Amino acid sequence: MASADKTARRKRRSEKAVFWLLRLMSLAVVGVLFWILGFIVVKGIEVIDWQFLTGMPKEGMTEGGIFPAIVGTLCLVAGSVVIAFPIGVMSGIYISEYAPDNWLVKFIRVMTNNLSGVPSIVFGLFGMALFVNTLGFGDSIIAGSCTLALLVLPVVIRTTEEALRAIDHSYRVGSLALGATKLQTIRKVLLPMAFPNIVTGLILSVGRISGETAPILFTAVAYFLPKLPTSIFDQVMALPYHLYVIATSGTDLEAARPMAYGTALVLILIVLFINLLAGGLRRYFGNKVKTN
Amino acid sequence: METSSISAKDVNFYYGDFQALRNVSLEMERNTVTALIGPSGCGKSTFLRLLNRMNDLIPGARLEGKVTVDGEDIYGKNVQVVELRKKVGMVFQKPNPFPKSIFENVAYGLRVNGVRDRETIRSRVEESLRGAALWEEVKDKLKRSAFELSGGQQQRLCIARALAVQPSILLMDEPASALDPVSTSKVEDLIYELKKNYTIVIVTHNMQQAARVSDRTAFFYLGKLVEYDRTEKIFTHPSEEATQNYVTGRFG
Repeated sequence: MASADKTARRKRRSEKAVFWLLRLMSLAVVGVLFWILGFIVVKGIEVIDWQFLTGMPKEGMTEGGIFPAIVGTLCLVAGSVVIAFPIGVMSGIYISEYAPDNWLVKFIRVMTNNLSGVPSIVFGLFGMALFVNTLGFGDSIIAGSCTLALLVLPVVIRTTEEALRAIDHSYRVGSLALGATKLQTIRKVLLPMAFPNIVTGLILSVGRISGETAPILFTAVAYFLPKLPTSIFDQVMALPYHLYVIATSGTDLEAARPMAYGTALVLILIVLFINLLAGGLRRYFGNKVKTN
Repeated sequence: METSSISAKDVNFYYGDFQALRNVSLEMERNTVTALIGPSGCGKSTFLRLLNRMNDLIPGARLEGKVTVDGEDIYGKNVQVVELRKKVGMVFQKPNPFPKSIFENVAYGLRVNGVRDRETIRSRVEESLRGAALWEEVKDKLKRSAFELSGGQQQRLCIARALAVQPSILLMDEPASALDPVSTSKVEDLIYELKKNYTIVIVTHNMQQAARVSDRTAFFYLGKLVEYDRTEKIFTHPSEEATQNYVTGRFG
C-alpha cells in the first residue's frame, strides 16, 4: 500500500515537472516572438503616418514614404499568385487523380519536395538566367513574379494533392456511380471540398514570399525608383529589398534607421493581414461548401 | 418505368493475380430483389460492383465471361460506362452524401447528366425524395446541408440520389450495415416498395435481412456461386450443406 502510494506520488511529481517544462518552452517561444514584434512596433509606429504610406522616398531614402515599395510588393505577390495558382492546382489534380502510381510520378513528387527545399537565392539566380536574360523580360514585375511563382509552386502542388487525397474515396465512387465523368467528379465534388485547404496553403505561402528578398534581387527590384510601375515589364521597388537597402547601403544609414523600422512594420502588417485573410477565407469556403 | 434483367455467364474476375470470382453464372429477373450472401471475401461485393463496372476503377482488375443487362453486353466495346451507370444505380455501405444541400445532392445526378431545366430538376428531386420515403422529413429544409441529417436519413438521401437519374436497376452494398435498427427497418421497407419499379441486387451480411427483403438469394463462397434459389428455399431447405451451415450461422 505504502509503496503504491509512493509510486503514485512520484508519477504525479514527474508529471508536474514535465508539464512545467513544456509550458516554459511555449512561453519562451511566444516571448521571443512578442519581443521581436514589440520592438518593431515601438520603433516603427513613430514614422508611420499617411505621408509615409502614400509618399515617395526622398533625400536619399531618409525622408518621405515607401508607397512605391508597397505597390511593388503587392504587384509581385499578385503576379506570382496568378501564375502559380492555376499551374499548381492543375499539377496537384493531375498527380492526385490522374497520374498512374508509377516511378515517374514518384520521381515528380520527390522532386517537388526537393524543390521546396532549394534556397531562395538559387531561385533568384535561375530566374535571372531564364526570365531576365533568356526570355528577355529584363528586370521587371513579370520576371520577379515568375521567379516567386516557382518558389511557391511546390507548396501549391503539394497542398492541392494532399487536400484531394484527404477526401474519402466514397465521394468519388458516389459521384461516378451516378453517371458523372471523372472530370465532373473533380470539378463538382472534389475541388469544392478541397478548396478551403488549397486556398489556405496558397495564401500562407504568399505571406511567406511577400517577405522574400533573394528571388527578386536579380529579377525585379530597383534600388531607388520614386515612381509607380505602368506595365508588367517595369522595374519596381519592394518592401523587403527596400528594407535591406536602407538598413545596409543607404547614403546615411543613421538617418534612414527610423524609415527601416517603419518599413519592417508595414511588411509585418501585410503578412499578418494575409494570414488573417487565409483564416477568414477558409471559414467562408468551409461553410459555403456544406450548404451549396 | 422499364426495369431490367441481368445475366452473368461463366464470369471469372481477377484482381491482379488473385481470382475473386470463379465461373459464376447467374440470371436475375425483372422486378425482383436478389440477395447476395456469403462470408467476407467470398466475392459477393465484387460481383455486385461488376454490374455497374465500378471495379474498373481498381488497377489490375480483369473480367472474363459475359455480363448482360437486358441482353446487352455491358463489357462490350461500344458501351459508354457513364450511360451504364445511369441505368444501373448504386447505394453504398456507408452513407456518402456530398457536402452540398439536400436538394443539390439529389439534383447532382441530373446536373451531371445534362438536365438544365429548373422545373424538371425540382420535380424530379421531389419525386425521388418521395420515392425514398424522405420527402416528409426534409421538405422544409431542402437548402440545409445534407450532413445535418441522421445516418439513416443520409442513407435514404443516397437512395433518392440514385433514383433521381431514373435507373432501372439498383445495386445496394450492405445498405443498412451502418444504421441503427429503426433506420434499418425503414430502409428495408423502402426496398420492398422499390421492388415494384426496380430490379434490385443487394449484398448483405444480415441473414434476417436477406430473408425479409429478397425473392431470390445467391450464396457465394470462396469466389464460387454455391447455390442460387428462391430465398425461402435457401433459408429452409438448401440443397448444399455449405449453404445450410452458413444460413444457420455455423460458419462465416
